Amino acid sequence: VSTRSGRRTPVLVAWAAACLVALPVLALVVGVVGAGPGPWRRLAASGWVGQTGSTLALLGLVVLGTLLVGGGLAWLTAAYRFPGRRAASWLLVLPLAVPGYVLGLVWSSLLSYPGPLQSGTRALLGDDAWFPPVRTLPVAAAVLVLALYPYVYLLARAALRTQAATPYGAARTLGLGPVRAAVRVVLPLARPSLAAGALLVALETLSDFATVQYFGVDTLSVGIYRVWRGQFDRPAATVLAVAVLLLALSLLGAERLLRRGARFSPAVRDTTPLAPVPLHGARAWAATGACALVLGLAVVVPVATLVTWSATTPLQGPDGSFDPAFLAAAANSALLAAQVAAVVGVVAVLLVHAARVDRRRRVHGAVHATLTGYAVPGPVLAIGALLVFAAVRTALDAAGLPGGAALVTGSVAGLVAVYAVRFLALGFTTVEARLAGVSPSLTAAALSLGAPPRRVLGRVHLPLARSGVAVAAVLVAVDALKELPIVLLLRPLGFDTLAVRVWQLAADSRYEMAGLPALTIVLVAALPVALLFRRELLDPPPPVRLPAPAAPELELVHA
Amino acid sequence: VPVRPTSARRRRALATVALGVLPALLSGCGVALGGDDGPAIQVYSARSYGAEEAFRRFTEDTGIRVEFLNGNDAELRERLQSEGPDSPADVFMTVDVANLALAAEQGVFRETSSPALQAAVPEDLRDPSGRWFGLSVRARGIIYNPERVDPASLSTYEALGDPALRGRLCLRTSTSAYTQSLVASMIANLGEDAARAAVEGWMANDPQIINNDVEIVRTVAAGGCDVGVTNHYYVARLLAEDPDLSVDVFWPDQATSGTHVNISGAGVTRSSDSPAEAQRFLEWLATTGQSLFVDGNFEFPVNPQVQPVEQVAAFGEFRRDPINVGELGRFNAAATQLLTDAGYR
Repeated sequence: VSTRSGRRTPVLVAWAAACLVALPVLALVVGVVGAGPGPWRRLAASGWVGQTGSTLALLGLVVLGTLLVGGGLAWLTAAYRFPGRRAASWLLVLPLAVPGYVLGLVWSSLLSYPGPLQSGTRALLGDDAWFPPVRTLPVAAAVLVLALYPYVYLLARAALRTQAATPYGAARTLGLGPVRAAVRVVLPLARPSLAAGALLVALETLSDFATVQYFGVDTLSVGIYRVWRGQFDRPAATVLAVAVLLLALSLLGAERLLRRGARFSPAVRDTTPLAPVPLHGARAWAATGACALVLGLAVVVPVATLVTWSATTPLQGPDGSFDPAFLAAAANSALLAAQVAAVVGVVAVLLVHAARVDRRRRVHGAVHATLTGYAVPGPVLAIGALLVFAAVRTALDAAGLPGGAALVTGSVAGLVAVYAVRFLALGFTTVEARLAGVSPSLTAAALSLGAPPRRVLGRVHLPLARSGVAVAAVLVAVDALKELPIVLLLRPLGFDTLAVRVWQLAADSRYEMAGLPALTIVLVAALPVALLFRRELLDPPPPVRLPAPAAPELELVHA
Repeated sequence: VPVRPTSARRRRALATVALGVLPALLSGCGVALGGDDGPAIQVYSARSYGAEEAFRRFTEDTGIRVEFLNGNDAELRERLQSEGPDSPADVFMTVDVANLALAAEQGVFRETSSPALQAAVPEDLRDPSGRWFGLSVRARGIIYNPERVDPASLSTYEALGDPALRGRLCLRTSTSAYTQSLVASMIANLGEDAARAAVEGWMANDPQIINNDVEIVRTVAAGGCDVGVTNHYYVARLLAEDPDLSVDVFWPDQATSGTHVNISGAGVTRSSDSPAEAQRFLEWLATTGQSLFVDGNFEFPVNPQVQPVEQVAAFGEFRRDPINVGELGRFNAAATQLLTDAGYR
């Protein structure tokens, strides 16, 4: 094996991955150009103007809310000492395990007219007691804030941990009060992290089409789902998908603008943590109460509700007899998650390897191009993938080869591929973070001693990255378990996952039956989330030796 | 320290990957299988719950096995179209007439001429050329809370625009096929102008627009609305779970055009390689198996010889709109436009 050709393989892998990731987006652009004016006319009737309005309003409210809740809680838990602060520090990330569509299901049921909160109010205050209208955009936004604030919280905590202490201390020494010091010194310092968190929140909000539907909110992503699943109007779905994609891109641009190139990573690694100020009396309890309130609304009440529902109808079908559909859905979810984790793990290692053996710019570009999948909202990626599948089908049919029809009507292999595109960034950044402390000269040394890249992969990179791959696989599996829009749009008939089952049973108002699959998702996802972030937040690893990011997927935004 | 990857380790890794990938390729097939001998038919069915028992009894009665694939109307229709003449489906069964009519238009069905089906299924509930047949009836009733509403004050769908009901009305979202087909029937019966005036009347009452029927029934029963419009079987299902629920069904338009109904129905596909067995399946469902097929979901039988289940019979007899249900599809686009114009979400 000549070193030259051996060195080319990882580069080819990087480029192949980049092309695969880019294909759905390219297909959308080609699709929208080729669609002509027909779909626009049909969309006029479906109300895309109103949908765009709700989407923008929702984005604004959710971003604002997560910044206030996530940023506020991060400052509270980092800068002050109060009862329960240590536990709250890591418990506050737990909503990451509760998908928005589960939270929305629980709260729309609890808040509905016949639900316990409204009937309780009527019992106390009489039948004409006023209750705020529930099926509204602000309520949907509040639910999404509870589901998504941990992104902002985690990034803000990381920023406070590594950057805030010295400047804050200096500002205090120079005579600023604690609040003014926070607003004038810490807030500007944390701006890049807050912007990055807000971006992630906004992208997740764009992807969501299930949570909002419980509250009767009609967004562009809801439109995509309805136009595709209801009418199979591919051109119209394409147009809507491109609209959402443009929104996502402008959000990326806005984040970059907000950051204005600033990245306040300290030239000298400053790892002194903030010295938390003890709070006393009522203020201390107010701080504890704020954390408890958020945790209660986002985790405790939803889980308790799901447990109650699961207890009323454990494993029962609609007629009360044993229902094997839950077990089948659980098996499908597990299979899908395992395969996506395996594929992402392998590709991520190959990409990290490629970037290390060949440090030229075009390799770097290809590797980073593969990471854009995370910025494409789920429903958009799904429609793009459909267009690609349709093109492949046409090609297969023309060549007289079988299998094309299955590709278009949905296949597990297709699902795994699209999931891999979506979650590759998460996998890659996690693996790369584990290798970041390893000097590139180690790779260079192995290469210069004559080892072909394949051997460098097997004997240097793989052994070193192993723990990172494991973490990446777990994180990707959790995200795949929670994912809903892609699986709903692309699954083969009869292939129900836990997420699909929750969605379908909820759509049929069989909330109690949706309890068990929803609870399963939350509990399975909570375990790794709790274990990983508990360690990160309680004993931050020394950043000089091994700068693992608090949240791997978040680090990407800084890249 | 780098560890030397042994070949055993490599093999184990390969085996893991293979184990992960193989089942997934297989798990794409969600078709339920019965025994493995004798004739069999494949049914693409949009009926999500309770059809299995009827299918099983059909096999017992006739020796014809039933393999079925569940999905929603539109996705099954899309799949049939995509599979074309290679489709394994013998029967396509939907829960909505619009999808039957569309599938018929797309050439999915073959024409079936069956005296048994013609006798069992009334003329207005099947395709004139025999491409599809209604198998159960779902009526769009006005539901009310008997503690708050005197049913004598109710009359027609358009009368729900009565200002007395201001703020007391619960309706289903405009994206629902049920809402669209109801408004389509109003256009067919009253003409577009009167239908528009009726929908504007509803909107003037500032209705709560709720995105599922069960929620509407529960809200009416809890007193959140006095009056709503839902399919009758949701009321029956909830009353079966809780007989104390304060809700009842009123049959509208009895003095005029009759209550709007939709059907769940099926047809034999053009691609079927066992059309005789498929036809026998439809005949059995409309006759011997009719009760079994409709009762589990609290629907009305299409076959006038068959009595509805007790909870449904309790709603009383009614005269249905005699228009052929397949005709309503023609007015669907007009209905959607009208709803959008009226500001109905």
